[in-house]
This record gives sequence, structure tokens and C-alpha cells, in this order.
Amino acid sequence: MAVETMAREPSRSLSWNDPWVRGIVYQVVVAGAVAALGWYLVNNTLDNLQRAKIASGFSFLDRESGFAIGESLIEYSPASSYGRAFAVGLLNTLRVAVIGIVLSTVLGTAIGIARLSSNWLIAKLSSLYVEVIRNVPLLLQLFFWYALITENMPGPRQAANPLPGVYISNRGFKFPLMAEHWIWDWCWVAVGVGTISALWLFSWARERQNQTGKAFPLLWPSLGLILGLPLLAWLFGGAPTKVVVPELRGFNFQGGGSLTPEFAALLIGLTMYTAGFIAEIVRAGILAVPKGQWEAAGALGLKRGPVLRLIVLPQALRVIVPPMTSQYLNITKNSSLAVAIGYPDVVSIANTTMNQTGQAIEGIALIMAVYLTISLLISAFMNWYNKRVALVER
Amino acid sequence: MNSSTPYIVEIRNVNKWYGEFHVLKNINMQVRKGERIVVCGPSGSGKSTLIRCINRLEEHQAGDIVVDGIRLTSDLKGVEAIRREVGMVFQHFNLFPHLTVMENLTLAPLWVRGIPKKQAEETAMHFLERVRIPEQAQKYPGQLSGGQQQRVAIARSLCMNPKIMLFDEPTSALDPEMIKEVLDVMVSLAEEGMTMLCVTHEMGFARTVANRVVFMDKGEIVEENEPEAFFHNPRSGRTKLFLSQILKH
Repeated sequence: MAVETMAREPSRSLSWNDPWVRGIVYQVVVAGAVAALGWYLVNNTLDNLQRAKIASGFSFLDRESGFAIGESLIEYSPASSYGRAFAVGLLNTLRVAVIGIVLSTVLGTAIGIARLSSNWLIAKLSSLYVEVIRNVPLLLQLFFWYALITENMPGPRQAANPLPGVYISNRGFKFPLMAEHWIWDWCWVAVGVGTISALWLFSWARERQNQTGKAFPLLWPSLGLILGLPLLAWLFGGAPTKVVVPELRGFNFQGGGSLTPEFAALLIGLTMYTAGFIAEIVRAGILAVPKGQWEAAGALGLKRGPVLRLIVLPQALRVIVPPMTSQYLNITKNSSLAVAIGYPDVVSIANTTMNQTGQAIEGIALIMAVYLTISLLISAFMNWYNKRVALVER
Repeated sequence: MNSSTPYIVEIRNVNKWYGEFHVLKNINMQVRKGERIVVCGPSGSGKSTLIRCINRLEEHQAGDIVVDGIRLTSDLKGVEAIRREVGMVFQHFNLFPHLTVMENLTLAPLWVRGIPKKQAEETAMHFLERVRIPEQAQKYPGQLSGGQQQRVAIARSLCMNPKIMLFDEPTSALDPEMIKEVLDVMVSLAEEGMTMLCVTHEMGFARTVANRVVFMDKGEIVEENEPEAFFHNPRSGRTKLFLSQILKH
């Protein structure tokens, strides 16, 4: 260190032609300008807030909201606090984003593979889907689906009844649900336990194959674990079969489960839109694997399934995962377009809150915090996954 | 091998088109067990297509190909059965870049033959020693030189214990100093009596190793002869022209 400073000292002559000196000066000037702008904005805002007699701070979150929310995953009424309203909005956003991510991944992968199909009709239909969906603005698509459901479907009294207990009307999609019973919670636990044991079975089978060379049939045993365990739990709970069927009372249906037109339109729109992009990502990923890899694996006598699973997919995933992360972030952020068709997501509820309380800065800050947190979580997870599948080549 | 040795590959009146382009014209060729055939010819003559038809990486549209007693049709079971017995080495190696050398070698024995991992690894190690790179077992293909990669590719095929080996221009993508190390492996393989079909421009290899040299041009077999006669007394004008072009230097 000392040697380094001594060696450097003589050449420093504090001249404007020295890039080091220039760098320091530029940085000081920029930092000063940013600080001044920040001070001006904060000062100006505080000044204006005071003059308009608008309160600041987050204490409004504890006050009674006084507005109703169309659908909620948790207990909520107009007597609940603004804080709880935000929680409802956040859960609604997460609900549509998570389901949308899963569905668009499945649909997008299927369409992406279909576009590579040797069947002319399937390939062309998939290209048509991708081109149409990608080139129509998402907002327009949401309006389309929402209008399709609310304008074209019959009213509740004339609701379509495709299956016993299932009603489709402009009030959404109503379906029967199992009546409440304590065993249902345990059935969900059993699904979890079944899934974990199926995963364990997979690693056990891999180990056994290494030892003996014999492949273990995995499909039926794992299905048995995932579906059979809950069935056992259900039988153990006395096999309750009571079903609550939706019934027309007054202007709408009561009881059973329901999907609102807003949620359905948003979910369909987001899923189909994002699936178009994911299809292209999956297609690009598979095409990125050279043809020689298929040939070499085939020439060794591997069947098409193992070739895809052991050779092509591991190499395609390294191309697929990074852009896929962007799509998952997009679907989450695009869910804020919910406000246009009246689905109570976090943005919609924050808007109402800002209208009522006038505390726009806090509202916007909350929206930003919510999306930033979700986005960073998705990024972190996908980066971790990417590291796992990334190609170790050298 | 003599005339009583049975045929292991029989190609009868095989034709193939790419659209309007007639790549293979009435090809007839028989290979006996233990024979070593070198196929040569100018580029675009259909020689690669021909040997790729033998394990159905390409489909022929007319004629019959019978490999090890199985007739090649669109029946996948038959194709898989043939591919298990026929090893193939490609011009561009086509190693699996996401797997180590050892995993490249054990993949097919594990998933196709159902051999226990430990045994498959022992076999793999044996063949890595044969191609003289046992120390590279845990590396990835991208860490190896071209010559080493091609030797791994040969070992990968040998791990399936094939009855026939197909070589599709195995040295064309290699630097000159690496060609020898790959040819050495192929020569030693020939010495052990492996049935080999080899598309190559290495005329020295053809001269020392081949039982027969097949010359193709424009989708036809122009001439087929023992190396001595082929190189010194070519019958066809096209063969003479080709030989004069590649042996000029």
C-alpha cells in the first residue's frame, strides 16, 4: 500500500488533464445536483401539503375504510381498516399473478412446442395464436374478455346450465362446492404429504437405477401417493359427500363457489397474452439446441422421451429461464391493469384509498413497495433456479 | 472374413430424394461382418446421406436396407433396435455439453441397456483408457481439444458395445495435428475386427485399413474396389479425376 502511494504520488500534478482529477470533480458536481434536486422536491412537497392541510404519514391505515370490495380472500367489510383493504388488494394481486404464471407457463409451453410440430395445421394455428395475441394490446384484450363475459352472457335468471349445479351468467361462473367439514383441511395436508413422498420416490428410483440398472415405473405409484393419500384421509373422515349447490335467490346465486367476471376476464386475458410470449421463448429455447444433439442421442438408441428429458431440455432451459423471469415479472405488473375492468387488485384499492384520504404520496409509496417486493422475490427465485440449470461447460 | 461370412448390412436399390434433388440413385452395397469400408467422393455426392440411412438418421424412400437382420421401416421399435447395435461418430462430435465426459459415456448404457451405474462407469473407464484420455473423465466436453472430444465420441459409441461403427467424416473438423490421434484410435479399432463404415478423405487410412473403397459421385456408386486396385488402377474417369484432385499435394 505504502509502496503504491509512493509510486503514484509523483505523477499526480492536480491538472485538469488528469482523468482522475476530472472524475472526482464530475462526481462531486453530480452528487451535489442530485442532493439539491431532492431537497427542493421534498421541501416543496412538504410545503404544499401543509398549505393544502393534507396530513402525512401512515396513520390512516388504521382508520375505517368505509368502502366495499367486490371480492376478497380474507374477511373484509366497509368497517375494516384501510390497512386491511390493502391486504385484500395485495392478496387479490397475488392470486391472479400466481395462477396466471402457472397457467401461462403450461399453455405457453404447449403452444411453443406445437409451433415446432411437423403437423402443418397445428404449427400454423400456433403461429397464428402467437402473432395475434402478441400484437394486440393487453388492455384491449382485457376489455374484450370482460365485455364477452358481461355483455354476451345471459342474466342470472336465464343462466346457462351446462352441468348440474354449474351456472354461467353475466355475474360470472358459479359451481358447487363440498360442504364444510373438518376433514377437508386434512385432505389438503395429505396432498402435501403425498407430493413430498412422491418426490422422495423419484430420488429413490434414481438411486435404485444406479444400483441395479432397472428403471422403476414412476407414473402410477406417484399418482397413487398424491391422490390416494387424500382419498384415504377422506374415507377416514367418514367420507362426507354433502355438496353446496349454488341457488338463484333474488338477482344472483347464493352458496357454492364462484369466479367473478372481473377475475375471470383478468385471468384469461393475462394468461393468454403472456402465453403468447412464453410460447416464443420455449420455441427459441428448443431451437437453440443443435440438431446434432438430437441425432447423437438418437443414434445411441435413446427413445424420444429420454432424449427430450435428458439431452434437449437441460440445454434448452438455460436459454429459456432468463427471459421467462421477465415474463413472470410482466404478468405480475400487468395485473395492475385490473383497475380498468374493476377487479380489486392492490392498485385499484390504493386508488380508492388515495381518493378518500388524499394521501397520494403514501398510496403510491405502498404500490411501489408492493411491486418492488414481489418483483425482487420472483427475480431472486428465478436467479436461484437459473443458477441450478445453467450450463456448466468449462 | 471370407465369402461365407454373413452380410451384416445389405443395401438394395436404395433411392432418396430431397424434394426434386435425387441424392441417392439405386445404391447397392453389402457389408460382411468384420469388413472395413471407406466411402469417399466429392462433397454433395451423397456419401454422408448413405451412411446416415443405415441408422435411419435419414429416411430412404425406395429400396431396402437390412441391418443385422432387421429391415429398416418407419417402425420405431426396429429403428431403436438397430441404433442400439450401430455406433455413430459425427463430424462435429456432438458430445452432450451439459454432461461430463463420464456422464456422456454412461448415459446410453444406463438408460438404453439398463446397466447398473457402477458397471457402466467401469466400462466407460476401460474405453477412455483405450482412447488414451482416462484423466479427462470428470471434465466437460468444452474443456477438451477437438481431437480429445472426437476420441470421447468414439468411446461413447463403444460403450454400447456396437456390432457396427459408422464414421461420418470424423477428422474433417480437426486441426491437422489432431487428426493422427483420432486415426490411431480408428486403426486400433479396425485391428480388433470391428465392422466399420467410414466416410473420410483420409486416403492413407483407406489404403492401410480398408478392405474395400467405395467411390460415390452425384448420388451413385461409381466404383468399388480393394484399396490397392482402387488407388493404382481406377477404372472410371471420374475416379481418376477425384484421385488426382485429392492426391495432388
